[in-house]
Amino acid sequence: MSTGPSDSEIISLVLKGDHNAYALLVERYKSYVFTLTLRFTKNREDAEEVSQDIFVKAYRSLADFKGTAKFSTWLYTIVNTTCITFLRKKRLDVRSLDDERTFEVADSQDSGFRANQVEQKSRQNMVNRAIAMLNPDDAQIITLFYKNEQSLEEIGQILGVEVNTAKVRLHRARTRLKDKMEKHFTEEVKDLH
Amino acid sequence: MEENKNNIDDRLWEYIDGSGSVEEKSAIEKMIETNKQWKEKYHELLELHQLVQSSTLEEPSLRFTKNVMEEIAKYQIAPAAKTYINNKIIWGIGIFFITLFVGFLIYGFGQVDWSAGDNNLPIDISKVNYGRFFNNTYVNVFMMINVVLGLMLLDRYLAARKKKLQKEA
Repeated sequence: MSTGPSDSEIISLVLKGDHNAYALLVERYKSYVFTLTLRFTKNREDAEEVSQDIFVKAYRSLADFKGTAKFSTWLYTIVNTTCITFLRKKRLDVRSLDDERTFEVADSQDSGFRANQVEQKSRQNMVNRAIAMLNPDDAQIITLFYKNEQSLEEIGQILGVEVNTAKVRLHRARTRLKDKMEKHFTEEVKDLH
Repeated sequence: MEENKNNIDDRLWEYIDGSGSVEEKSAIEKMIETNKQWKEKYHELLELHQLVQSSTLEEPSLRFTKNVMEEIAKYQIAPAAKTYINNKIIWGIGIFFITLFVGFLIYGFGQVDWSAGDNNLPIDISKVNYGRFFNNTYVNVFMMINVVLGLMLLDRYLAARKKKLQKEA
């Protein structure tokens, strides 16, 4: 993830007026941001739009990045607030999204996940599909921890909670992920043994 | 039973994440070696952990970076918040409210008629039977409350110290 100039080097270039350097940051973090956003939106089109919005917001507030935390931690804080605003705008009550049926419908509507029936059977796809079935909070914390290389301290910072709370949330999210995999991917899970 | 299961899960997750103390790690390793339930659970959770770790990231469209760059071309980087937030104004507001509060207090105390109260106490202190308050029951209850409070404070202190030591380790 950190090949080429460091994040802080790119940021100082952008702040000095080299706006094109920002493309390096976008390239570096687009998959992380997009994956995280997709956990909330459950829809690739919306995720793309929200991700774009996040990078624009980050660009506009770049002068406020103090460098005390990692750039990724700061960026994921913007992801978190933007996604929550998106859900509010969509008038989606996050709690109502806990309803498993909502997720199954959202999941089945997601053309991206249905694009390749063969690929769906792969291990990685199974995990992604199971994560997509979780509620946004659980999916977000799992993604931050496993995919976005954030420590529990950093996750606490992003979500605005204590480290212990983040740890408990992560444990619970993983338990729920395990339940989902056992329930919806019984055959695939068996194949793994 | 459920609570016990959750406790095993939590301790195993900490072990898998490598976030527990050294003592806790060796205790869990021992449990995995000797206890069948722990062993099975450990392998189950480890498998999930490795599966999630191996999952891939979702990719946005190929035009994504281009779209972002076209969008940001319309905007300027906003100046840092610290450059337009004037600390003097914040201090000024703070001083105004503190002055207001102190002013009210001074005015309030100024209105009290201090001579209106009766200086003589309703009871004669010299005639109070102090021994009545320090019979065995009162003293025992008082001491017990103090001991409990003391133990609670000691527990909090030791827990905080343990946490600090774990963090340092």
